Amino acid sequence: MRLEPIANPTPLRRLGLPALAIAATMLVATLLALIAGADPFATLGQIATGALGSRLAVLETLNRATPLIFTGLAVAVAFRAKLWNIGAEAQLYAGAIMAVLLGTGALGSPLVLPVSALAAMLAGALVLLGPVLLKTRLGVDEVVTTLLINFIMLLFVSYLLEGPMKDPMGMGWPKSPALIPEARLPRIVDGLRLHWGFGLALLAAALVWVIQTRTTLGYEIRAVGQNPAAARFAGIPVNAVLLKTALLSGGLAALAGWSEVAGLKGHLSQDLSPGFGYTGIIVAMLALLHPLGVVISALFVAGIFVGSDAMSRAAGVPTYIADMLLATALLFMVLAILLTKFRVVRG
Amino acid sequence: MTDIIDILISASFWAAVIRIATPLIFATMGELICERAGVLNLGIEGIMVIGAFTGWMAVYQGMPLWGGVATAMLAGMLFGLLHSTLTVPFGLSQHVVGLGVTLLATATASFAYRLMLPEVTSPPKIEPFQPLDLPILSDLPFLGEAIFQQTALTWAAFAVAGLVAFTLYRTPLGLAVRAAGENPAAVEAQGLSVTALRMGAVMVGSGLMAVGGAFLTLSAFSSFFFEMVNGRGWVCVALVVFGAWKPGKAVLGAILFAGFDALQIRLQQTDLGAVLPYQLFLAAPYILSILALILMSRRAEVPAALMVPYNKGER
Amino acid sequence: MTDPQEKAEVVLRLDRITKAFGPLRANDAISLTLRRGEVVALLGENGAGKTTLMNILFGHYVADEGTVEVFGKPLPPGQPRAALQAGVGMVHQHFTLAGNLSVLDNIALGTESLWSRGRGRTAARARVEGLAQDFGLAVDPMAKVSRLTVGERQRVEILKALYRDAKILILDEPTAVLTPQEADALFATLRHATARGLSVIFISHKLHEVTAIADRCLVLRHGRVVGEVDTHATDKAQLAALMVGGELTLPKAEARVAGPVLMELQAVSTPDRGAAPGLKAVTLTLRAGQITGLAGVSGNGQAALADLISGLLLPAFGTVSLNGTPITRWTPRIAVAEGVGRIPEDRHHTGSIADFDLTENAVLEGYRTRRFSRRGWMNWPAARAFAEGIIAAYDVRCPGPETRIRLLSGGNMQKLILGRALAPGPQIILANQPVRGLDVGAIAYVQSQLIAARDRGAAILLISEDLDEIMGLSDVIHVMSQGRLSPVFPRGTVSAPDLGLWMAGQGFDGARHAA
Repeated sequence: MRLEPIANPTPLRRLGLPALAIAATMLVATLLALIAGADPFATLGQIATGALGSRLAVLETLNRATPLIFTGLAVAVAFRAKLWNIGAEAQLYAGAIMAVLLGTGALGSPLVLPVSALAAMLAGALVLLGPVLLKTRLGVDEVVTTLLINFIMLLFVSYLLEGPMKDPMGMGWPKSPALIPEARLPRIVDGLRLHWGFGLALLAAALVWVIQTRTTLGYEIRAVGQNPAAARFAGIPVNAVLLKTALLSGGLAALAGWSEVAGLKGHLSQDLSPGFGYTGIIVAMLALLHPLGVVISALFVAGIFVGSDAMSRAAGVPTYIADMLLATALLFMVLAILLTKFRVVRG
Repeated sequence: MTDIIDILISASFWAAVIRIATPLIFATMGELICERAGVLNLGIEGIMVIGAFTGWMAVYQGMPLWGGVATAMLAGMLFGLLHSTLTVPFGLSQHVVGLGVTLLATATASFAYRLMLPEVTSPPKIEPFQPLDLPILSDLPFLGEAIFQQTALTWAAFAVAGLVAFTLYRTPLGLAVRAAGENPAAVEAQGLSVTALRMGAVMVGSGLMAVGGAFLTLSAFSSFFFEMVNGRGWVCVALVVFGAWKPGKAVLGAILFAGFDALQIRLQQTDLGAVLPYQLFLAAPYILSILALILMSRRAEVPAALMVPYNKGER
Repeated sequence: MTDPQEKAEVVLRLDRITKAFGPLRANDAISLTLRRGEVVALLGENGAGKTTLMNILFGHYVADEGTVEVFGKPLPPGQPRAALQAGVGMVHQHFTLAGNLSVLDNIALGTESLWSRGRGRTAARARVEGLAQDFGLAVDPMAKVSRLTVGERQRVEILKALYRDAKILILDEPTAVLTPQEADALFATLRHATARGLSVIFISHKLHEVTAIADRCLVLRHGRVVGEVDTHATDKAQLAALMVGGELTLPKAEARVAGPVLMELQAVSTPDRGAAPGLKAVTLTLRAGQITGLAGVSGNGQAALADLISGLLLPAFGTVSLNGTPITRWTPRIAVAEGVGRIPEDRHHTGSIADFDLTENAVLEGYRTRRFSRRGWMNWPAARAFAEGIIAAYDVRCPGPETRIRLLSGGNMQKLILGRALAPGPQIILANQPVRGLDVGAIAYVQSQLIAARDRGAAILLISEDLDEIMGLSDVIHVMSQGRLSPVFPRGTVSAPDLGLWMAGQGFDGARHAA
């Protein structure tokens, strides 16, 4: 077999194939339910109602989507430049640490929220800066370094929570002290458990979209990602663009941790992120790296997670079905995207 | 300082080094085969997880230990088939597919574990591989305990490394694999199938990665835990670079690395451990891996076609 | 050379081969027969379908229709292995060698069963050395391919085929990378081989080579056979007319008085890059209203010189002056701002971004200027207007500025790059292989634009491996070899064989004369 580029893919092909990828994922879901001995349609139904069936469920889904929008954007921005930032998990925790560092009394004025947000972004950017400098200066592959830093960062957080950042009132649990009220993100509507982190995530998505389509930086990022040799020849400072991309990406990922601490949890613990950084990769790929698509795909992914939790309690299909479905969706989607651009021909 | 010397002259330390090196050698050889053929396999972490799980589960269900190893290998090859189908004939991004395979394999292990053992709170244990009693050698003073009291799987790891080196450098097959990683067009022009070579390499390599994972459950810990692979796969990717894509150097790298790992575990028990946070010791393997990558950057000869998909007739 | 015997055995028969790529019919019912000991040339301009036809014969592609017969037996389609076993050997235009492996490994690759232990190197080595001696293809079997010259690599490619007992040898544009002397040596090897019963298909677009080596010649145009002629009974004019389908002569630059020096390199050296040499104390002046041709086998430092002028490289030693002022800061962006127009060697890899549309590609060099952006915000309407201007002025055939550039033909892609480089009215123009791979119409267009730019007063550096192109366009000529620059030869004072000697490294001060 051979791949032949398609000159002008029809809209049916461009939209139909990604839709088919989602449909195929659903097919896998029914198969998994069957393997687990459950009624497949009931299982799918329970996932859907678990994610959207009640006001509480919807709010839970929106809350879960918030960090995923941030990490999804972080990955989408980086992958556009073919900067393989797999370290969103570490950057997320860097942001969470700053939220605690500045939000537990060090800063008492109304400034605390914007200042800690900026500090979080800076910290996340710094975490990614190392691997990117190693890539641009020494040619060290950033995939492995960012992955390894995730593990180092988790150990660092563990150290903080058992040492300098330990809550003296925590009854021995490794968690940080609670944030002061001024450092918490307010709720969007009184009485509803949805914080402004969600609003900020939407704003971030819009901003990234504007950057990518309207600014020279966005143009540079796309050029560097698609053909670094041509970008360099044309006069685009490739390494500088990669550094700027890293700052943006790391900063966005850090906001995920910052908003989880400042908006949802109110403190830092070791289980703050159930792999939001890694899931961000799935979110970004399902969105075809489009910043506004990230919002939709984050909602979809969050829905699968929240719905699977609810379904698992009711139907007894392991909740890990969600992880399997999302990984499957990722693989189907990259294949579908390829087939929108190429057709498989014989010989 | 005397602490370190005490550790280094203890036989149990060296036995631990070899034990810790075993899964790394298996998985590093697996990754090395893939990369020599031109495919970066980031599915390694998840494939080690699925190997650890399937090997253990097979034995728990009543298979002999070697049956567990074979099951793990088969499971690894299955995920290798998935990886290589997407990355070789379709030429998809090896980064994205690799991470996708890791996520899928990890999730599959978790899902299957919960499905097969819905009620248990702690995973059941199996009877693991026992150290082989080698005539004379195992009874040597010091060396006997330090080197010659290992399980059969450990000896298998070294045998596999030797076999990989021999095949790569001394057989027509190895030449073809190396050429596929250097210039696939050269392979095709000589009438060989780049697709078959690369897919085969990824499948065999993935099988070895899974055996490396199975060592953890069948030899080292005798039980399965979700987080047990814990970044070892990523470390092996770094070890391939550190070993300059050469089997011998990669094995040495794995042993060196295992040495540091065994050392940090023991140092935690010393005065040093009382002063420094234990997390620093636990982070040492990851920090070392990054240092190894920095050290070897731009020195080694990377396979020229690594991560370059090959589309027939496109030139 | 013996006369082709009418009764010689037919070794290869292609019958009505047809192959389409999307809407393009690359091969349209092409038939060809090849007899034992015969050299048949496949003549046609770029894009005529020669390489596609040979890739079908060799099994890289599967034909939509038609059959291939070797020694009377049909060849299964799509299997290079089957072609090799039937005795077909192919020397591709872009060599298919693994640089990190030895010559011997490259030759032995795939010749033994993958599941065998292998025969051992001694026997294989002896065989390679024997063949090398027999056919006059001297090369060290243990050398790493990455260390070999282009000419040596071609010998390895031919040895690969001979090692497999090839009875039919296909050579795809084999002289494109050789000096005239090396080409003569290749021809001698081929005559020697045909005398021993080998049959050769020789793909070329150069008429003088075809008449020199081939017995018969098949002329292709737009995927069809437009003529089959006995090369002994025809002349170049007739072949040329067949090839391009009528009268189409390439522009010739008339002699002209040169103006002041615009750019000057004074004893410039740059570091080597792997096996590719850097510049070795190169002194070069580029004058207004003059085309300076740079001849040489690729990989002899041309890339370093092109990078230097493009702004990608600074000299390690020596100075570069623009209008008499030595440059200090030098990047592609500064180079463009200082009036350097750049046409890169590889339009796909460095000249354009495949999935960007024409607008985005058009402003690749100028997006930072006030015309196209303010304070970091792109002015897309202005960019689009600019792209439309280039499309109109440079005759870029496309549906519109929002077309992705990957969908354009090579010629139209090159016209957009040409327009992008020439639109700001550069004083200095780097034209690095500006017509490589283009069809005759596009070649004529690009060359006439370069001549027009010269006549307007620009200084042009034309880098090419094609001596005909260099000699047809240049006012003055230099030759580059191993990073060194020959003295300047004004138009008409040097012959192609003389240039060939310089290309081979002879004549340079202190140069060891190659054997």
